Order: sequence, then C-alpha cells, then structure tokens
Amino acid sequence: MWNSFGFEFVNFYFIPGIVLGCIYALGAIGITLTFGILRFANFAHGEVMMTGAYVTWTLMAVTGALFGWVLHPLIAAIPSIFIMIILFIIIDRWFYKPFRKAPTIKLVIASFGMMLVIRSLVQVVWGPNQITFVKGIAKPNSFIRELTGSIDMMILIPNKHFLIMSGTLIIVIILGYLLTSTRIGKAMRAVSDSPDLALVTGIDVEVVIRATWIVGGACAVAAGVFLAMDIQMLETTMGFRMLLPMFAAAILGGIGKPYGAVLGGLVIGLAEELVSYPWIGDSALISPGYKSGVAFAIMIVMLIVRPSGIFKGRTF
Amino acid sequence: MNKLPPALELKDIHAGYGETEILHGINLSIDNGEIVAIIGPNGAGKSTAIKAILGLLNVTKGSVILNGNEITDTAPDRVVTKGISYVPQTHNVFVNLSVQENLEMGAWTRLDGIKDRLEEMFVLFPDLREKRRQAAGSLSGGQRQMVAMAKALMVDAKVLLLDEPTAGLSPKYRGEIFSTIQDINSTGVPILIVEQNAKQALGCANRGYVFVDGTNRFEGTGTDLLEDREVARMFLGGGE
Repeated sequence: MWNSFGFEFVNFYFIPGIVLGCIYALGAIGITLTFGILRFANFAHGEVMMTGAYVTWTLMAVTGALFGWVLHPLIAAIPSIFIMIILFIIIDRWFYKPFRKAPTIKLVIASFGMMLVIRSLVQVVWGPNQITFVKGIAKPNSFIRELTGSIDMMILIPNKHFLIMSGTLIIVIILGYLLTSTRIGKAMRAVSDSPDLALVTGIDVEVVIRATWIVGGACAVAAGVFLAMDIQMLETTMGFRMLLPMFAAAILGGIGKPYGAVLGGLVIGLAEELVSYPWIGDSALISPGYKSGVAFAIMIVMLIVRPSGIFKGRTF
Repeated sequence: MNKLPPALELKDIHAGYGETEILHGINLSIDNGEIVAIIGPNGAGKSTAIKAILGLLNVTKGSVILNGNEITDTAPDRVVTKGISYVPQTHNVFVNLSVQENLEMGAWTRLDGIKDRLEEMFVLFPDLREKRRQAAGSLSGGQRQMVAMAKALMVDAKVLLLDEPTAGLSPKYRGEIFSTIQDINSTGVPILIVEQNAKQALGCANRGYVFVDGTNRFEGTGTDLLEDREVARMFLGGGE
C-alpha cells in the first residue's frame, strides 16, 4: 500500500534512518576493532571522525581558494584519511603505546584525555563556531525519483544520501575482503580472538595494532565526512555526539565483531529515526528530541539481556 | 667425534612470578630427535619451566640454550622466530578462525613455502583437511588439539613444546594424541611434553624428568622411570 503512508515512511523516516545507520556503522567498526584488538573503549574515536571532517573541509576550501573549484567531499576525504592515519599512528606510538601493558581503565581514561586534547586543538585551529560544510538545499536525485515515480512509488533520495549509502556499502565490502582474505586481516581477527595465543604464535602484534588504527581511522574519517555531508555543517562536538550511538551499535552487534558493528549501526540509526514516526495517532510516537535516548535505551537493554551482542562478541 | 649440541638445554634455571621463586635450579636437555616428558605433581613447576623457555616470565638465574645458542629471556614473539613452537594447554586455537586460517597464522613468521607446509600438515592430520573451512571453535577437544599442533608445526620448529596435550580428553583421544606425537617426532622434530598422564607420557617418551618442588628430582629413560620404585610410589600409583 504505497499511499501517503508508504511515501512518508520511506522517504522521511526509513531512508534517513538508513543513512544515519551507515554513519554509525562506519564509526562503530573502529570502536569495535579497537575494543577487540587493543582492548579498550576508545573515547577519542568520535574526535577522529570530527577532525577528519575538518581536514576534508580544509582541503576543499584550499582547492577552492587556489584553483577556483571546490573538490567534492568524497575526493577530499581520501587525502584526509591518509593525514589522519599518520596522525593516529604517531599518537599511538607516543601516547597509547606506553599504556600497552597497563590495566584497561588507564587506557580508557587516557583516550578520554586524548578526546579533550583533540577537540580543544580543533577549536584552536578552526575556531569554536559552526562551519558550513556544503551550501545549498539537497535536491532529490531526479533519476531515482522518475524511475520510481513511473511505478507509482516515488522515492526521494538526495544525492548526498545516495553517496553515503553506496560509499558505506563499498567500504563494508572492502573491509569484509580485508578481514577474511588478507594475511593482516586474518591476523587482526586472531589477535581479537586471543592476544596471548597470538603472541606465542609469533604474530607481530604491533603491526596488527597499526593496521587496526589504519582501518578504524579510515572508517572513522569516512563516517565523519558522511556526517558532515548529511548535516552540511561542521562543529567541534559533532564527533562526541556520535559516541553514544556508536558504542551502542558496537555493543549491540557484539564487541570485536565488525559485521556486528555494521548491523548494530543500522539498527540504532533506524530505531532513532523510526521512533519519531507517528505510529499511533498524528503526532510523533516519541519526540525527535529524545532520539539519543533511544540508542542509550537499546544499549542498556542489550547489556542486561545479552551482553555479548547479536554476534556473540566479547564480554567484559 | 663432535657431538651435536642438544636441541634445547636448560641450565640451572631459577625463575618465578614476581618475588616468588618457583623454579630452584632446573637442568634438562632434549637431544635432536628425542621425545622428552616432564612429569610431576601439580605445582612442581612444570608449566613454569615452559613459560621460562618462552620468555613469558623472567629468568633470574641460569640459561636457556637452543642448538648451542643462548636465548634466555628472548621476548615471546621472538622465541617463535628462533624455532621454538609452543602449544598451550588451553585456548590453543583461534576459535573464530577457520582451521586453515589457524594454520596460516601459525605460519606468520614463515616467508615462503606456506602452501607446501599446509599440504604436509593435511597429510599428517588427515581429519583436518575436510574440516579446513570450519571454525576451529566448532571442533571437538581432540580435533582442536590436532589444529593446535598443526598450527605450531607450520614453522620450521627446532623444538616443539606441548603443555599437557591430553588434559581433559577422553582416553580414546589420548591414545590418538600420543601416537600423533610420535608421528610428528618421526619427521625429525624434537618434542618436550609436560604431562599429567605420566604413564602414557613416559611410555611415549625416550626420556623423562620428574619435577618435585621446582627441581628435577629424577631423570631417566621412559621405561626406567616407569619401573623406578620411588617414582612409581610417588606419582604412578593408583589408577591413571
């Protein structure tokens, strides 16, 4: 029944939910990998997303000023991924490595400190105010609109949402290949499985840790850029606001399970959008203002009912 | 005639956890081609001796010598590259990885010939060939032990350390594991086994050491120890 119900539901709730879910999913991949391999909850992960988006915007602004044309965010994201990866390998070497054998809680607190350091540095460099990421109104993709309109189920997907969804799909496929078919990917799963056994097997754990920062960092920058494309602006708290839903997604999917994180991200994203659909009566079931409460509620319920998550991840 | 140095030799090893010394001067050697068993009661320092070889704890005095080269206190991940392969007692496979992926991880320090070695392992452990795509965690205890041993043999092991390979296995599997150990040994790999099942271990081993209170109290050939009155009275009496 593709009447007003279907039109409204799909275009204004379901698709935005999937898009938000994609962003959470990419962020949660890094969180779950760091949790599984380095064994700590990385509070600074949201800041990687945020900084990646700022660096991307800067590259766009620089090309605009120098050559008169602005790079597409997805193109500018590629060099910023490299910049961020180098930055985070340096941070790991000088900041996290001394804590390697320390109790987990020290690393968690250290990452909390790192979160504050990064955010403050971004505020120093780019200022505390919001920055417009891309200008203009996002029009629906006319091709998809006409194609679906002709079969009487008009779907309005803005180009940015189309790019976010297909970008996430490509990244998840690449990640799947990496984890199941490459030597380093298998080693990442092995270390996540049992670090002690990995050590006596002779696996170079430091190489695996570096790979974890690279993979997690690349996904986080992509998530940050996707988020900036979606909300069309930058602010220094944008990463931090993502942190709770991303942790909820990682826990929902099962800690240490990248596919679980993807599924968890999609579930959380959809849940956050769908609760404000007028399921009963004419007004939103739950006001959109309580959106972030949904992720929190799912996380709490999951921790009580099934702490190992959907894919039976690690419990602490 | 020049005698080759032993594959692995422990000289007067003192080691322990923190301040507590558990090993008070262990001496043992494994010659090339030998199976050597360490038996002894719980807390005698059998597993601690293995940990000392692997560099998992600090050796306060004494030395670990591999083929004539001192390797005392080498970091655990470096010990593998020196040629010591180790199968822990528990948690000895990556449960979420397939059997073949486990073996590939065992070959992490190996630069070439991985495919050939994989094939050799499937010949030595035929059961694993058909299960190679299965997650190691889905296998039975005995099969996991096979995966763990195959994984350890993916490198050119100069000596293989097995920590209680039959612990928790049914008698049927125990026999199978011991015959596999002899098969592995016949390919030329010297093996050091730490075992609770003293009778079977000594039956399979060329020589054995009996650890008591952090020192090696008795040593001898497997059959000598099995026939030794005092050893029998202390460890072999009754049941197992």
